[in-house]
Amino acid sequence: MSEVKYSKEHEWIKLEGDTATIGITKHATEMLGDIVFTELPEKGSNVEKDGTAGVVESTKAASDVYTPVGGEVVDTNQAIVDDPSKINQDPENTAWFFKLKIKDKSELDSLMNKDEYDKFAKESSS
Amino acid sequence: METKKTSLYQLHQDNNAKFVEFAGYQMPIQYSDGIVEEHKFTRNHSGIFDVSHMGQLFIQGSEDLVNDLEKIFPLDLKKLKLNHSKYSFLMTNDAGIYDDLIITKIENGFLIILNAACKKSDFEILSKLLNNKYQMILDDKRSLIAIQGPKSVEILNNLIKGVEDLNFMTGNWFLFNDKKVYITRSGYTGEDGFEISVENETADKFTRKLIEKGAKLIGLGARDTLRLEAGLCLYGHELDKDKTPIEANLKWAISKERISKGDFIGSDIIIKQLNDGVQRVRVGIKPEGRIIAREKTKIFNQSNSHIGEITSGTFGPSVNGPVAMGYVENEFSKKDTRVFLEVRGKKHPANICGLPFYKKNYVKGAN
Repeated sequence: MSEVKYSKEHEWIKLEGDTATIGITKHATEMLGDIVFTELPEKGSNVEKDGTAGVVESTKAASDVYTPVGGEVVDTNQAIVDDPSKINQDPENTAWFFKLKIKDKSELDSLMNKDEYDKFAKESSS
Repeated sequence: METKKTSLYQLHQDNNAKFVEFAGYQMPIQYSDGIVEEHKFTRNHSGIFDVSHMGQLFIQGSEDLVNDLEKIFPLDLKKLKLNHSKYSFLMTNDAGIYDDLIITKIENGFLIILNAACKKSDFEILSKLLNNKYQMILDDKRSLIAIQGPKSVEILNNLIKGVEDLNFMTGNWFLFNDKKVYITRSGYTGEDGFEISVENETADKFTRKLIEKGAKLIGLGARDTLRLEAGLCLYGHELDKDKTPIEANLKWAISKERISKGDFIGSDIIIKQLNDGVQRVRVGIKPEGRIIAREKTKIFNQSNSHIGEITSGTFGPSVNGPVAMGYVENEFSKKDTRVFLEVRGKKHPANICGLPFYKKNYVKGAN
Protein backbone atom coordinates (compact mmCIF):
# COMPACT_ATOMS: atom_id res chain seq x y z
CA MET A 1 0.00 0.00 0.00
CA SER A 2 1.25 3.39 -0.91
CA GLU A 3 0.98 6.57 1.08
CA VAL A 4 -1.90 8.93 0.30
CA LYS A 5 -0.81 12.40 -0.81
CA TYR A 6 -2.78 15.65 -0.92
CA SER A 7 -2.89 18.77 -3.11
CA LYS A 8 -3.54 22.41 -2.27
CA GLU A 9 -6.72 22.15 -4.36
CA HIS A 10 -8.00 19.58 -1.82
CA GLU A 11 -7.60 16.42 -3.88
CA TRP A 12 -6.17 13.16 -2.50
CA ILE A 13 -4.13 10.74 -4.58
CA LYS A 14 -3.19 7.14 -3.87
CA LEU A 15 -0.57 5.41 -5.97
CA GLU A 16 -0.56 1.64 -6.64
CA GLY A 17 2.07 0.62 -9.19
CA ASP A 18 1.75 3.28 -11.88
CA THR A 19 -2.00 3.71 -11.35
CA ALA A 20 -3.20 6.62 -9.24
CA THR A 21 -6.69 6.91 -7.71
CA ILE A 22 -7.84 10.50 -7.20
CA GLY A 23 -10.69 12.02 -5.24
CA ILE A 24 -11.53 15.09 -3.17
CA THR A 25 -10.90 15.38 0.56
CA LYS A 26 -13.41 15.34 3.39
CA HIS A 27 -12.38 18.92 4.13
CA ALA A 28 -13.32 19.84 0.53
CA THR A 29 -16.76 18.27 0.87
CA GLU A 30 -17.34 20.16 4.11
CA MET A 31 -16.53 23.44 2.37
CA LEU A 32 -18.72 22.60 -0.64
CA GLY A 33 -21.79 21.39 1.25
CA ASP A 34 -24.22 18.91 -0.32
CA ILE A 35 -22.87 17.78 -3.68
CA VAL A 36 -25.69 17.36 -6.22
CA PHE A 37 -23.84 17.01 -9.53
CA THR A 38 -20.55 15.51 -10.72
CA GLU A 39 -18.80 15.54 -14.08
CA LEU A 40 -15.77 13.29 -14.64
CA PRO A 41 -13.12 13.20 -17.38
CA GLU A 42 -13.62 10.78 -20.26
CA LYS A 43 -11.97 7.40 -20.13
CA GLY A 44 -9.00 7.33 -22.48
CA SER A 45 -8.46 11.10 -22.31
CA ASN A 46 -5.20 12.65 -21.16
CA VAL A 47 -5.03 15.15 -18.34
CA GLU A 48 -2.19 17.48 -17.38
CA LYS A 49 -0.91 18.09 -13.85
CA ASP A 50 -3.01 20.86 -12.20
CA GLY A 51 -5.43 20.85 -15.15
CA THR A 52 -9.22 20.65 -14.85
CA ALA A 53 -10.42 17.06 -14.66
CA GLY A 54 -14.04 17.33 -13.58
CA VAL A 55 -16.64 19.42 -11.83
CA VAL A 56 -18.56 19.13 -8.60
CA GLU A 57 -21.61 21.24 -7.89
CA SER A 58 -23.43 21.98 -4.67
CA THR A 59 -26.88 23.59 -4.62
CA LYS A 60 -25.07 26.95 -4.48
CA ALA A 61 -22.14 26.76 -6.92
CA ALA A 62 -19.98 24.80 -9.35
CA SER A 63 -16.33 24.05 -8.57
CA ASP A 64 -13.63 22.59 -10.81
CA VAL A 65 -11.81 19.44 -9.80
CA TYR A 66 -8.10 19.52 -10.65
CA THR A 67 -5.79 16.58 -11.10
CA PRO A 68 -2.65 16.74 -8.96
CA VAL A 69 -0.70 14.67 -11.53
CA GLY A 70 -0.88 14.13 -15.29
CA GLY A 71 -1.68 10.92 -17.16
CA GLU A 72 -4.23 8.88 -19.06
CA VAL A 73 -7.69 8.37 -17.52
CA VAL A 74 -8.13 4.59 -17.25
CA ASP A 75 -11.26 4.44 -15.10
CA THR A 76 -13.99 6.72 -13.69
CA ASN A 77 -16.44 6.17 -10.84
CA GLN A 78 -19.93 6.09 -12.37
CA ALA A 79 -21.49 5.55 -8.91
CA ILE A 80 -20.77 9.17 -7.89
CA VAL A 81 -22.23 10.47 -11.15
CA ASP A 82 -25.45 8.52 -10.55
CA ASP A 83 -25.61 9.53 -6.89
CA PRO A 84 -23.38 12.53 -6.09
CA SER A 85 -24.42 12.47 -2.40
CA LYS A 86 -22.03 9.49 -2.04
CA ILE A 87 -19.18 12.02 -2.23
CA ASN A 88 -20.34 13.69 1.00
CA GLN A 89 -20.74 10.29 2.67
CA ASP A 90 -17.40 8.66 1.88
CA PRO A 91 -15.13 11.09 0.02
CA GLU A 92 -11.75 9.56 0.77
CA ASN A 93 -12.64 5.94 0.02
CA THR A 94 -15.52 4.56 -2.11
CA ALA A 95 -16.34 7.95 -3.65
CA TRP A 96 -13.10 8.22 -5.64
CA PHE A 97 -13.34 10.23 -8.88
CA PHE A 98 -10.99 8.73 -11.49
CA LYS A 99 -7.90 6.56 -11.98
CA LEU A 100 -4.88 7.63 -13.98
CA LYS A 101 -2.01 5.77 -15.56
CA ILE A 102 0.56 8.31 -14.54
CA LYS A 103 3.35 9.59 -16.76
CA ASP A 104 5.83 11.01 -14.30
CA LYS A 105 5.97 9.85 -10.70
CA SER A 106 8.11 12.83 -9.73
CA GLU A 107 4.98 14.98 -10.07
CA LEU A 108 3.94 13.53 -6.71
CA ASP A 109 6.98 14.96 -4.96
CA SER A 110 5.52 18.43 -4.51
CA LEU A 111 2.34 17.10 -2.85
CA MET A 112 1.65 17.08 0.88
CA ASN A 113 1.45 14.14 3.27
CA LYS A 114 -1.51 13.76 5.66
CA ASP A 115 -0.07 15.85 8.50
CA GLU A 116 0.98 18.64 6.16
CA TYR A 117 -2.42 18.65 4.47
CA ASP A 118 -4.38 18.68 7.74
CA LYS A 119 -2.35 21.70 8.85
CA PHE A 120 -2.87 23.37 5.45
CA ALA A 121 -6.62 22.70 5.49
CA LYS A 122 -6.97 24.07 9.00
CA GLU A 123 -5.09 27.26 8.08
CA SER A 124 -6.88 27.80 4.78
CA SER A 125 -10.32 27.55 6.37
CA SER A 126 -9.65 29.91 9.29
CA MET B 1 -20.13 50.26 6.09
CA GLU B 2 -20.33 47.76 8.89
CA THR B 3 -22.30 44.59 8.31
CA LYS B 4 -25.50 44.49 10.34
CA LYS B 5 -26.67 41.63 12.50
CA THR B 6 -30.26 40.59 13.10
CA SER B 7 -31.71 39.97 16.57
CA LEU B 8 -31.31 36.24 15.96
CA TYR B 9 -27.54 36.40 15.34
CA GLN B 10 -26.67 34.70 18.63
CA LEU B 11 -29.26 31.98 17.99
CA HIS B 12 -27.79 31.37 14.52
CA GLN B 13 -24.33 31.06 16.06
CA ASP B 14 -25.63 28.67 18.73
CA ASN B 15 -26.93 26.50 15.88
CA ASN B 16 -23.58 26.45 14.01
CA ALA B 17 -24.73 28.65 11.16
CA LYS B 18 -22.42 29.39 8.24
CA PHE B 19 -22.80 33.08 7.55
CA VAL B 20 -22.75 35.10 4.32
CA GLU B 21 -23.12 38.79 3.79
CA PHE B 22 -26.44 39.52 2.11
CA ALA B 23 -27.72 43.05 1.44
CA GLY B 24 -25.47 44.42 4.19
CA TYR B 25 -26.47 41.82 6.79
CA GLN B 26 -24.68 38.82 8.24
CA MET B 27 -27.18 36.09 7.37
CA PRO B 28 -27.13 32.31 7.85
CA ILE B 29 -26.69 30.50 4.52
CA GLN B 30 -27.03 27.07 6.18
CA TYR B 31 -26.71 25.24 9.49
CA SER B 32 -25.04 21.90 10.26
CA ASP B 33 -27.69 19.76 8.49
CA GLY B 34 -26.91 21.35 5.12
CA ILE B 35 -29.09 22.82 2.39
CA VAL B 36 -30.63 19.57 1.09
CA GLU B 37 -31.72 18.33 4.54
CA GLU B 38 -32.98 21.80 5.51
CA HIS B 39 -34.99 21.98 2.29
CA LYS B 40 -36.58 18.57 2.87
CA PHE B 41 -37.30 19.34 6.53
CA THR B 42 -39.25 22.42 5.46
CA ARG B 43 -41.27 20.43 2.90
CA ASN B 44 -42.03 17.60 5.35
CA HIS B 45 -42.11 19.31 8.70
CA SER B 46 -41.53 22.95 9.65
CA GLY B 47 -38.68 25.36 8.94
CA ILE B 48 -37.93 28.73 10.56
CA PHE B 49 -36.40 31.51 8.47
CA ASP B 50 -34.89 34.72 9.82
CA VAL B 51 -35.98 37.31 7.26
CA SER B 52 -35.42 40.30 9.53
CA HIS B 53 -33.22 41.89 6.88
CA MET B 54 -36.35 42.56 4.81
CA GLY B 55 -38.00 45.96 5.07
CA GLN B 56 -41.17 46.46 7.13
CA LEU B 57 -42.61 49.74 5.97
CA PHE B 58 -45.58 51.12 7.88
CA ILE B 59 -47.45 53.94 6.12
CA GLN B 60 -50.17 55.76 8.04
CA GLY B 61 -52.84 57.96 6.53
CA SER B 62 -56.51 58.41 5.73
CA GLU B 63 -58.46 58.17 2.50
CA ASP B 64 -55.97 60.33 0.58
CA LEU B 65 -53.35 57.69 1.22
CA VAL B 66 -55.35 54.98 -0.55
CA ASN B 67 -55.86 57.25 -3.55
CA ASP B 68 -52.19 58.18 -3.67
CA LEU B 69 -51.04 54.57 -3.34
CA GLU B 70 -53.34 53.52 -6.17
CA LYS B 71 -51.41 55.91 -8.40
CA ILE B 72 -48.31 53.83 -7.58
CA PHE B 73 -49.45 50.22 -7.25
CA PRO B 74 -51.62 48.38 -9.84
CA LEU B 75 -54.03 47.12 -7.19
CA ASP B 76 -57.61 47.77 -6.04
CA LEU B 77 -56.42 49.08 -2.70
CA LYS B 78 -59.78 50.70 -1.98
CA LYS B 79 -61.33 47.25 -2.02
CA LEU B 80 -58.58 45.59 -0.05
CA LYS B 81 -60.14 44.45 3.21
CA LEU B 82 -58.56 45.04 6.61
CA ASN B 83 -55.76 42.50 7.24
CA HIS B 84 -55.76 41.24 3.65
CA SER B 85 -52.53 41.12 1.64
CA LYS B 86 -51.62 41.40 -2.04
CA TYR B 87 -48.44 40.77 -4.02
CA SER B 88 -47.38 43.78 -6.09
CA PHE B 89 -44.47 45.84 -7.46
CA LEU B 90 -42.97 49.28 -7.27
CA MET B 91 -42.42 50.24 -10.91
CA THR B 92 -40.49 52.76 -12.97
CA ASN B 93 -42.35 54.97 -15.47
CA ASP B 94 -41.48 52.32 -18.09
CA ALA B 95 -42.98 49.54 -15.93
CA GLY B 96 -39.55 48.20 -14.98
CA ILE B 97 -39.54 46.67 -11.52
CA TYR B 98 -37.80 48.59 -8.70
CA ASP B 99 -38.93 45.93 -6.25
CA ASP B 100 -41.58 43.29 -5.66
CA LEU B 101 -43.46 43.42 -2.38
CA ILE B 102 -46.40 42.32 -0.24
CA ILE B 103 -48.81 45.05 0.83
CA THR B 104 -51.24 44.47 3.69
CA LYS B 105 -54.12 46.71 4.78
CA ILE B 106 -53.81 47.45 8.48
CA GLU B 107 -55.70 49.90 10.70
CA ASN B 108 -55.00 53.50 9.61
CA GLY B 109 -52.74 52.48 6.77
CA PHE B 110 -50.67 49.79 5.13
CA LEU B 111 -47.75 47.51 5.93
CA ILE B 112 -45.42 46.84 2.99
CA ILE B 113 -42.77 44.09 3.11
CA LEU B 114 -39.79 45.01 0.91
CA ASN B 115 -36.66 43.22 -0.27
CA ALA B 116 -33.61 43.85 1.92
CA ALA B 117 -31.41 45.12 -0.91
CA CYS B 118 -34.10 47.55 -2.15
CA LYS B 119 -35.70 48.80 1.05
CA LYS B 120 -33.75 52.04 1.40
CA SER B 121 -34.20 53.12 -2.21
CA ASP B 122 -37.87 52.02 -2.12
CA PHE B 123 -38.36 54.25 0.91
CA GLU B 124 -36.84 57.23 -0.92
CA ILE B 125 -38.86 56.59 -4.09
CA LEU B 126 -42.11 56.23 -2.14
CA SER B 127 -41.42 59.32 0.01
CA LYS B 128 -40.93 61.35 -3.12
CA LEU B 129 -44.00 59.92 -4.88
CA LEU B 130 -46.13 60.59 -1.80
CA ASN B 131 -44.62 64.10 -1.32
CA ASN B 132 -43.81 63.24 2.32
CA LYS B 133 -47.50 63.69 3.09
CA TYR B 134 -47.79 60.61 5.30
CA GLN B 135 -46.02 59.10 8.25
CA MET B 136 -43.70 56.43 6.87
CA ILE B 137 -41.64 54.20 9.15
CA LEU B 138 -39.14 51.68 7.83
CA ASP B 139 -39.25 49.84 11.11
CA ASP B 140 -35.91 48.41 12.23
CA LYS B 141 -37.19 47.80 15.76
CA ARG B 142 -39.11 44.77 14.56
CA SER B 143 -37.77 41.42 13.37
CA LEU B 144 -39.47 39.24 10.76
CA ILE B 145 -39.58 35.49 11.26
CA ALA B 146 -41.13 33.05 8.77
CA ILE B 147 -42.27 29.55 9.66
CA GLN B 148 -42.99 27.32 6.67
CA GLY B 149 -44.05 23.75 6.03
CA PRO B 150 -46.96 21.42 6.80
CA LYS B 151 -46.41 21.26 10.59
CA SER B 152 -46.07 25.04 10.98
CA VAL B 153 -49.75 25.71 11.67
CA GLU B 154 -49.79 23.24 14.56
CA ILE B 155 -46.50 24.49 16.00
CA LEU B 156 -47.39 28.18 15.81
CA ASN B 157 -50.95 27.65 17.02
CA ASN B 158 -49.49 25.90 20.05
CA LEU B 159 -47.76 29.15 20.98
CA ILE B 160 -50.32 31.63 19.71
CA LYS B 161 -53.91 30.46 19.73
CA GLY B 162 -56.01 31.42 16.73
CA VAL B 163 -53.42 31.60 13.96
CA GLU B 164 -54.91 28.42 12.49
CA ASP B 165 -58.01 30.45 11.54
CA LEU B 166 -56.08 32.82 9.26
CA ASN B 167 -56.69 32.34 5.54
CA PHE B 168 -53.88 32.45 3.01
CA MET B 169 -52.77 36.07 2.35
CA THR B 170 -54.52 37.47 5.42
CA GLY B 171 -53.12 38.55 8.77
CA ASN B 172 -53.89 39.96 12.20
CA TRP B 173 -52.41 41.18 15.46
CA PHE B 174 -51.86 38.52 18.11
CA LEU B 175 -50.17 38.42 21.50
CA PHE B 176 -47.01 36.51 22.40
CA ASN B 177 -45.95 36.94 26.05
CA ASP B 178 -48.12 40.08 26.18
CA LYS B 179 -46.23 41.57 23.22
CA LYS B 180 -48.12 42.50 20.05
CA VAL B 181 -47.05 40.51 17.01
CA TYR B 182 -48.45 40.87 13.49
CA ILE B 183 -48.87 37.53 11.76
CA THR B 184 -49.75 36.87 8.12
CA ARG B 185 -50.38 33.49 6.52
CA SER B 186 -47.93 33.71 3.65
CA GLY B 187 -44.45 32.73 2.63
CA TYR B 188 -41.88 32.07 -0.04
CA THR B 189 -41.45 28.31 -0.15
CA GLY B 190 -44.57 26.89 -1.80
CA GLU B 191 -45.65 25.56 1.59
CA ASP B 192 -48.32 26.61 4.07
CA GLY B 193 -46.83 28.97 6.61
CA PHE B 194 -46.71 32.29 8.40
CA GLU B 195 -44.62 35.42 8.68
CA ILE B 196 -44.41 36.97 12.12
CA SER B 197 -43.42 40.58 12.76
CA VAL B 198 -42.15 40.75 16.32
CA GLU B 199 -40.24 43.33 18.38
CA ASN B 200 -36.48 42.78 18.31
CA GLU B 201 -36.28 42.18 22.08
CA THR B 202 -38.76 39.31 21.81
CA ALA B 203 -37.55 37.72 18.55
CA ASP B 204 -34.94 35.42 20.10
CA LYS B 205 -37.26 34.13 22.79
CA PHE B 206 -40.09 33.60 20.32
CA THR B 207 -37.88 31.70 17.87
CA ARG B 208 -36.42 29.49 20.62
CA LYS B 209 -40.01 28.55 21.53
CA LEU B 210 -40.70 27.50 17.94
CA ILE B 211 -37.57 25.32 18.04
CA GLU B 212 -38.73 23.79 21.35
CA LYS B 213 -41.98 22.83 19.64
CA GLY B 214 -40.12 20.97 16.87
CA ALA B 215 -39.38 23.51 14.11
CA LYS B 216 -35.79 23.92 12.85
CA LEU B 217 -33.79 26.90 11.67
CA ILE B 218 -33.33 26.97 7.87
CA GLY B 219 -30.76 29.09 6.03
CA LEU B 220 -30.94 31.29 2.95
CA GLY B 221 -29.51 28.46 0.82
CA ALA B 222 -32.57 26.27 1.28
CA ARG B 223 -34.83 29.32 1.07
CA ASP B 224 -33.51 29.76 -2.48
CA THR B 225 -33.99 26.10 -3.55
CA LEU B 226 -37.49 26.10 -2.00
CA ARG B 227 -38.63 29.28 -3.76
CA LEU B 228 -37.17 28.14 -7.07
CA GLU B 229 -39.02 24.81 -6.92
CA ALA B 230 -42.16 26.82 -6.11
CA GLY B 231 -41.57 28.94 -9.25
CA LEU B 232 -41.31 32.18 -7.25
CA CYS B 233 -39.28 35.15 -8.48
CA LEU B 234 -36.22 36.51 -6.69
CA TYR B 235 -35.47 40.20 -7.06
CA GLY B 236 -32.16 40.86 -8.83
CA HIS B 237 -32.53 37.60 -10.74
CA GLU B 238 -35.97 37.13 -12.33
CA LEU B 239 -36.93 40.74 -11.61
CA ASP B 240 -35.14 44.07 -12.06
CA LYS B 241 -35.54 47.55 -13.52
CA ASP B 242 -35.15 46.22 -17.09
CA LYS B 243 -38.02 43.73 -16.82
CA THR B 244 -41.74 44.39 -16.61
CA PRO B 245 -44.39 42.38 -14.72
CA ILE B 246 -45.83 41.28 -18.08
CA GLU B 247 -42.46 39.93 -19.24
CA ALA B 248 -42.06 38.30 -15.82
CA ASN B 249 -45.37 36.49 -16.41
CA LEU B 250 -46.89 38.13 -13.34
CA LYS B 251 -49.94 39.76 -14.93
CA TRP B 252 -52.15 37.82 -12.49
CA ALA B 253 -50.90 40.25 -9.83
CA ILE B 254 -52.21 43.30 -11.70
CA SER B 255 -55.84 44.29 -11.16
CA LYS B 256 -57.92 44.03 -14.35
CA GLU B 257 -60.03 46.95 -13.24
CA ARG B 258 -56.99 49.13 -12.78
CA ILE B 259 -55.70 48.19 -16.22
CA SER B 260 -58.95 49.34 -17.82
CA LYS B 261 -58.51 52.77 -16.19
CA GLY B 262 -54.74 52.86 -16.69
CA ASP B 263 -53.91 55.52 -14.14
CA PHE B 264 -50.88 54.13 -12.31
CA ILE B 265 -47.14 54.47 -12.80
CA GLY B 266 -46.05 52.33 -15.75
CA SER B 267 -49.63 51.68 -16.91
CA ASP B 268 -48.94 52.89 -20.50
CA ILE B 269 -46.31 50.21 -21.02
CA ILE B 270 -48.31 47.52 -19.17
CA ILE B 271 -51.36 48.17 -21.38
CA LYS B 272 -49.24 48.26 -24.54
CA GLN B 273 -47.55 44.96 -23.66
CA LEU B 274 -50.87 43.32 -22.81
CA ASN B 275 -52.25 44.37 -26.19
CA ASP B 276 -49.21 43.85 -28.42
CA GLY B 277 -47.47 41.03 -26.56
CA VAL B 278 -43.87 40.99 -25.34
CA GLN B 279 -40.55 40.02 -26.97
CA ARG B 280 -39.39 37.82 -24.10
CA VAL B 281 -41.07 36.12 -21.21
CA ARG B 282 -40.15 34.30 -18.00
CA VAL B 283 -40.48 30.50 -18.17
CA GLY B 284 -39.61 27.38 -16.21
CA ILE B 285 -36.82 25.27 -17.69
CA LYS B 286 -36.12 21.62 -16.90
CA PRO B 287 -32.78 20.19 -18.07
CA GLU B 288 -33.12 16.64 -19.47
CA GLY B 289 -30.12 15.26 -17.60
CA ARG B 290 -28.57 16.16 -14.27
CA ILE B 291 -26.67 19.20 -15.52
CA ILE B 292 -27.28 22.38 -13.52
CA ALA B 293 -27.68 25.54 -15.59
CA ARG B 294 -27.00 28.54 -13.38
CA GLU B 295 -27.75 32.24 -13.69
CA LYS B 296 -26.48 33.80 -16.98
CA THR B 297 -26.39 30.43 -18.80
CA LYS B 298 -27.23 31.07 -22.46
CA ILE B 299 -30.30 29.40 -23.98
CA PHE B 300 -30.36 28.31 -27.64
CA ASN B 301 -33.11 26.98 -29.91
CA GLN B 302 -32.92 23.84 -32.10
CA SER B 303 -31.28 25.83 -34.91
CA ASN B 304 -28.58 27.14 -32.57
CA SER B 305 -29.81 30.72 -32.27
CA HIS B 306 -29.37 32.45 -28.94
CA ILE B 307 -32.92 32.93 -27.60
CA GLY B 308 -32.48 33.78 -23.93
CA GLU B 309 -30.77 33.42 -20.58
CA ILE B 310 -31.21 31.59 -17.29
CA THR B 311 -31.94 33.88 -14.30
CA SER B 312 -31.84 31.21 -11.53
CA GLY B 313 -30.81 27.58 -11.65
CA THR B 314 -30.02 24.98 -9.05
CA PHE B 315 -30.65 21.41 -7.96
CA GLY B 316 -34.16 20.97 -6.55
CA PRO B 317 -34.00 18.51 -3.64
CA SER B 318 -37.76 17.70 -3.73
CA VAL B 319 -37.84 17.43 -7.52
CA ASN B 320 -34.60 15.41 -7.21
CA GLY B 321 -33.16 17.05 -10.29
CA PRO B 322 -32.03 20.33 -11.75
CA VAL B 323 -34.52 23.20 -12.10
CA ALA B 324 -34.21 26.67 -13.61
CA MET B 325 -36.08 29.81 -14.58
CA GLY B 326 -35.14 32.25 -17.28
CA TYR B 327 -36.28 34.51 -20.06
CA VAL B 328 -36.72 33.31 -23.65
CA GLU B 329 -38.02 34.93 -26.81
CA ASN B 330 -41.79 34.70 -26.77
CA GLU B 331 -42.09 32.26 -29.71
CA PHE B 332 -40.02 29.68 -27.78
CA SER B 333 -41.92 30.02 -24.51
CA LYS B 334 -44.52 27.30 -25.08
CA LYS B 335 -44.50 24.34 -22.74
CA ASP B 336 -42.45 21.36 -23.99
CA THR B 337 -40.38 23.46 -26.42
CA ARG B 338 -36.95 21.86 -26.63
CA VAL B 339 -34.06 24.23 -25.96
CA PHE B 340 -30.33 23.90 -25.32
CA LEU B 341 -28.35 25.26 -22.40
CA GLU B 342 -24.68 26.11 -22.82
CA VAL B 343 -22.81 24.92 -19.73
CA ARG B 344 -18.99 24.91 -19.73
CA GLY B 345 -18.90 25.14 -23.51
CA LYS B 346 -21.28 22.24 -24.21
CA LYS B 347 -24.95 22.45 -25.16
CA HIS B 348 -27.32 20.35 -23.08
CA PRO B 349 -30.99 19.65 -23.96
CA ALA B 350 -33.77 21.02 -21.76
CA ASN B 351 -37.50 21.68 -22.02
CA ILE B 352 -39.64 24.71 -21.32
CA CYS B 353 -42.06 23.69 -18.57
CA GLY B 354 -44.91 25.00 -16.48
CA LEU B 355 -44.36 26.42 -13.00
CA PRO B 356 -44.16 25.51 -10.19
CA PHE B 357 -41.76 22.56 -10.33
CA TYR B 358 -43.14 21.49 -6.98
CA LYS B 359 -46.87 21.60 -6.34
CA LYS B 360 -48.05 24.20 -3.85
CA ASN B 361 -49.55 23.20 -0.57
CA TYR B 362 -51.19 26.48 0.44
CA VAL B 363 -54.32 26.56 2.55
CA LYS B 364 -57.48 27.73 0.86
CA GLY B 365 -58.57 31.26 1.45
CA ALA B 366 -58.49 34.76 0.12
CA ASN B 367 -57.01 35.47 -3.34
